[in-house]
Amino acid sequence: MVDSLRPKIGVYICHCGINIGSVVDVPAVVEYASKLPGVAVSREYTYMCSDPGQNLVKEDIEKEGLNRVIVASCSPRMHEPTFRKTLKDAGLNPYYLEMANIREQCSWVHEDHAEATEKAKKLVEAAVAKALLLEALEEKEVDVIPSCLVIGAGIAGIQAALDIADAGFKVYVVEKTPSVGGHMAQLDKTFPTLDCSACILTPKMVDVANHPNIELMTYSQLEEISGYVGNFKAKIRKKARYVDFDRCTGCGVCAENCRLAGRIPNEFDELIGNRGAIYLPFPQAVPAKYTIDPERCLQLSKGKCGKEGPACVAACGPGCIDFEQQDEIVEIECGTVIVATGYDVFPMEKKPEYGWAENDNVLTGLEFERLVSASGPTGGKPILGRDKKGEGGYEPKKVAFIHCVGSRDKSVGNEYCSRVCCMYLAKQAHLIRDKLPDAEITVFYMDVRAFGKGFEEFYDRVRREGVRYVRGNPSEIFKKSADPEDHTLIVKVEDTLTGTPLEYESDLVVLGVGLEPRRDIREIIDLFKLSQSTDGFFLEAHPKLRPVDTASDGVFLAGCCQGPKDIPDTVAQAKGAASSALILMAYGKVKVEAQVSVVNPDECRGCGFCVEVCPFTAIELVDENRMGNIVQVAKVNEALCKGCGSCAAACLSGAIQPKSFKDEQILPQIAVLGVKP
Amino acid sequence: MSEEFEPNIVAFLCNWCSYAGADLAGTSRTHYLPNVKIIRVMCSGRVNPLFLVNALQQGADGVLISGCHPGDCHYLEGNFFARRRFMLMRKLLEHVGVDPARVNMSWVSASEGAKFKDVVDEVVTKVKEVGPMDQFRRRQINW
Repeated sequence: MVDSLRPKIGVYICHCGINIGSVVDVPAVVEYASKLPGVAVSREYTYMCSDPGQNLVKEDIEKEGLNRVIVASCSPRMHEPTFRKTLKDAGLNPYYLEMANIREQCSWVHEDHAEATEKAKKLVEAAVAKALLLEALEEKEVDVIPSCLVIGAGIAGIQAALDIADAGFKVYVVEKTPSVGGHMAQLDKTFPTLDCSACILTPKMVDVANHPNIELMTYSQLEEISGYVGNFKAKIRKKARYVDFDRCTGCGVCAENCRLAGRIPNEFDELIGNRGAIYLPFPQAVPAKYTIDPERCLQLSKGKCGKEGPACVAACGPGCIDFEQQDEIVEIECGTVIVATGYDVFPMEKKPEYGWAENDNVLTGLEFERLVSASGPTGGKPILGRDKKGEGGYEPKKVAFIHCVGSRDKSVGNEYCSRVCCMYLAKQAHLIRDKLPDAEITVFYMDVRAFGKGFEEFYDRVRREGVRYVRGNPSEIFKKSADPEDHTLIVKVEDTLTGTPLEYESDLVVLGVGLEPRRDIREIIDLFKLSQSTDGFFLEAHPKLRPVDTASDGVFLAGCCQGPKDIPDTVAQAKGAASSALILMAYGKVKVEAQVSVVNPDECRGCGFCVEVCPFTAIELVDENRMGNIVQVAKVNEALCKGCGSCAAACLSGAIQPKSFKDEQILPQIAVLGVKP
Repeated sequence: MSEEFEPNIVAFLCNWCSYAGADLAGTSRTHYLPNVKIIRVMCSGRVNPLFLVNALQQGADGVLISGCHPGDCHYLEGNFFARRRFMLMRKLLEHVGVDPARVNMSWVSASEGAKFKDVVDEVVTKVKEVGPMDQFRRRQINW
C-alpha cells in the first residue's frame, strides 16, 4: 500500500531521442526537479514511453514507494493513457500522474536552448505543484448498447453498416436522399479497373436494405443526438414521401403519368437529366419506392393538379399515394455512431471564368459521369445539345479535360489535392476514346498524380490510346462565336512545357472538379461537436494513428467526410470505422470519464448557477436535511457529466469542482508559472 | 533597466481545440516566443475569472484564454460562458487600472497551429508595449 497522504513524487524527464534533448538541457532540468518539494526521485531517460522507460517508473513505484509521478515528455494528448497504464500496472491509481509537455510546447517551438531549458524547468515545477494535490479517481465502466447508427448511405456508410450487421449487431442507417448509393451510384465506370460502378455497388445496396440486422431509413435526417459513448439517443425525422412505403411496388406507372414527368431537373443526374414530381432517382434505386417532391408537385405546392385531380393517384394500382402523409419522428438508442456523410463537388460558381454556367457543353466531372452512364439521360451516348424532347444533338469531335478545378487552388480557398481527379479524368478520357474512336482528346494538367495501385499503368494505357496530355492550367474558357449552331469553345491556356500560349478549340470541355466538404456539414458539426481540419473536412483524432476516430468517444468517421478519397480507400476506412465501433460493442463495456465534477455539499449554497450553465443537464438541486432544515444542494449525475468544468467557473463559493482540474490544483500551477523567472 | 523587458504570460488552453492547436504548432516545428506558459484545462469555460486576477497577482504580465471557435466547443457552449466571463473580467480589470492589452482571449482550433503562433507573438508584443505588471504586487518597503 502506498501512503498517498504524504506525497512522494517521481519526476522523469524524457529526452525523446534528440527531440527534447537537443534543445532542452535535460540534466539541468533533472537537477532542478530533484530540489522541488515532495520530489523523491528525479531521473532522465532517452525514451520514457519505451518498455525500459516505463519499467523505470514501475520499479521506482515499487522500491521507493512513489505515490505521484510526473513525466515530462510529449503532449498528454499523446501519451497520458500510456503512462496512466504504467501507474496502474504498478498498483498506483492512474490519476496520480501529471505530465509536463516539454516537447510540443517547448523543445519543438523554441530555438534558444537556454530559454527552452528555463521554460522546461517551470513546466516541470508547475506539474509538481499540481501533483502534490492530485487525488485518486475511480474509473467506472458502463454498458455499451449493442447497436450502431450510421449516418449516410454512400459506399462508406453501406460498407460500415454491412460489416457491423454481419458481425451480429443492430445497425440503423440514416440517409438523407430517397435512395442509398451516394456518389458512387452516379459513376459510370471506376478507375483504374473500369469496373462498372453500378454492377459492384448495387448488390451491396440491396444487401443493406434486406439485411435482418439493418434498419434502413432513407429520405430521413438525424435531428437530435444526446448521451455519450455507449449510450446515445437519437431522434430521426423520416420525411413524408407521400407514398405508402409498404404498399408501393415501384412499378413506376405514377411517374409516367405525372403531369410534370420529364420536366424537373433530376438531382441524381446532376440536373442534366429530368424526372417528374413523383420519382425514383435512378432505376436501380434502393429502396425501389417512389417519392413525391413536395416543392414541385402541383397538388402539394399549389393544392391543385389538372382538372381531373392528380394523375398519379388515378394511375397507381395499389392506391398508395397519400397527400396527407406527415413526417415521422423515430427515436432510437445506440452505443456507437459512424459518420459517413461524404462530400460535395466543387461549386463551379466560384470559378466563373470557365464558363460552366453559360455553356451546355462545359460539364463537371460528375455531370460527365451521368452523360456517359447507361442509366443517364442519354442512355450512355455522349450526345450534347439535345432539345427538350431529347432529340437531335451532336457528338463532340474535340474534347478537352481540365485538371485541378477547385483543388490546389488558393484563389478559391482549396489548397489541398482532391486525390481522385487525375484518375477520374484519365478514365473519362478513356471512355470518350471508347465511345468516340475518332475524337481528338486533350488533357490539360498541372501534375499527374497516379499514385495508387494500378494507377500509373492506367495513365500509361490512356496515353497510348492517343490521349494528348498538355501541361497547363487554363485561364479562361469561352464560346468562339455568338452563332447558336456553333458549339466551339476556346480554351485559353499556356503550354508551360514549351512556353507557348494556346487557344485550343473544343466542343466539349470536362472540368475535373475537386471534392469539398458537404455544404451542409454544419448540421453534423452542430449535432456531434466535431472539429474540422483546415481544409474543412472532419478532423480525425490523430492524423496517423487514429484516422477513423474523432475527439468525441464512440463517434467514428468513414469516407470522404474526413478528406478526399477514392473508392478503395473509402471502403478500407469504412471497414476501419466498423471495426472500431465493433470493439466497443463486442466488449460491451466502456470506461466513462473519471474526471467528473464533484460537489462539496457543505459549501454549496444551492443557488443553482451550476445547474443553469451545465451543457449536459448533469446537475440538479436536491433536498438535504441539515439538522431539521431542508436546504437545497447541487448533485452531479456522474454518468452525464463530461468534466468540462463550466460549473466550477460559475460557482460563487467554489463548492463544485471538476476532479483533476480543481481550483486548488490549478492555482498552484498559476503560482509557479506566474512568477517571473 | 538595461535588459529588454521580457513579459511573462500565463495561458489557459482548452484541451480539445487550443491545446491541440498548440501541440500542432509543435509537431509542425512552428517557432514562437517562449514567454507564454500553458496551463491545460478541459474547457475554456473552466477558467474561473479569478484565475486571471490570480495570475496577474502572482506576477504574470499578461494572461491569455484560448478555446474552440464559437459553435465548435467540445462541451457545446463552454466557450460562450468563457467569453462572457472574460469580457466582464476584462472590463473590471480595466476599471481598476489594468491595461486591457494584458488580458487576452482567442479562438484557436485543433488545426490552427500557425494561428496559435500568431496569437502568442501578438500577445507577447502587446504586453511588451505596456511594460511590466506591478500594480497588484506587494510593494517592497525600504526601511
